[in-house]
Amino acid sequence: MKTRILGFVALAAVVSAAIVGLFVVPPDLNQGDAQRIMYPHVASAWLAYLSFGVTAVGGVLWLWRRDLRFDAVALSGAEIGVMFTAFAIWGGMMWGRPVWGVFWQWEDPRLTTTALLLALYVGYLLLRRLTEDPERRATRAAIVGLVAAIDIPIVHFSVEWWRGLHQTATIASPERALDPAAPMVFVGTLMGTLAAFSLAWLYLMIRRYELARAELAREEEARRGRLRAVQAAAANLRSQEEAAR
Amino acid sequence: MTDAGFVIAAYGVILGGLALYTVTLWRRLRAAASRDDEGR
Repeated sequence: MKTRILGFVALAAVVSAAIVGLFVVPPDLNQGDAQRIMYPHVASAWLAYLSFGVTAVGGVLWLWRRDLRFDAVALSGAEIGVMFTAFAIWGGMMWGRPVWGVFWQWEDPRLTTTALLLALYVGYLLLRRLTEDPERRATRAAIVGLVAAIDIPIVHFSVEWWRGLHQTATIASPERALDPAAPMVFVGTLMGTLAAFSLAWLYLMIRRYELARAELAREEEARRGRLRAVQAAAANLRSQEEAAR
Repeated sequence: MTDAGFVIAAYGVILGGLALYTVTLWRRLRAAASRDDEGR
């Protein structure tokens, strides 16, 4: 029930944030209406980082505690992170074309490392399909999730470390958060969109975790069913051998 | 395409994608729940 209420609140928040971003906030002096794409683009990118961070933490906790619930959390983070990374890339492309003149440029470090991030976590999800053994799958996924997480700070700091098309962070430190390069009306809308998307993220994470737990329970039931069938066959074989003697 | 076109394309795909993923998740959860009921 609480999750359902969270879902309604998240829906209302995302719709409100979209209305504010599209119709209420004034257009940027230089970029015009194209700058409105910043709100869902940046919020999606931040939530992608958060999701993959959750995947890494879930992986560490699985390796440490050997509790498959942590693997379910890691899986939820990876799947939702892939979605938000795709949104961030798409939003960036739609913003880049009118502002930079190109949808994409492989020489740009932020763009290329973000594409790599997407590929790494799509690989993570594909890797999980290679084995049906939940524990082996969780261990492999945890290791890949940890290795892939190395790309998160590289994506984030790529705009500071290397030159490219992508602008540097608007709000990169506590000092700049209080005195950001962008006008406060834009920063406030960005924060509002981030809060709204975060509520949606939390709702989706809870639902995806529930699904992962249900899938684990079904796998466990199927495994027990196979075990029972093998035990029944062995007992049957033994009784046949005894009857033959 | 105008700036407005790019803005609509960005918001449309992101919000539409969020809605689509949410609906797909509900359906997957419902399917998992019905399988559990059949199992019992």
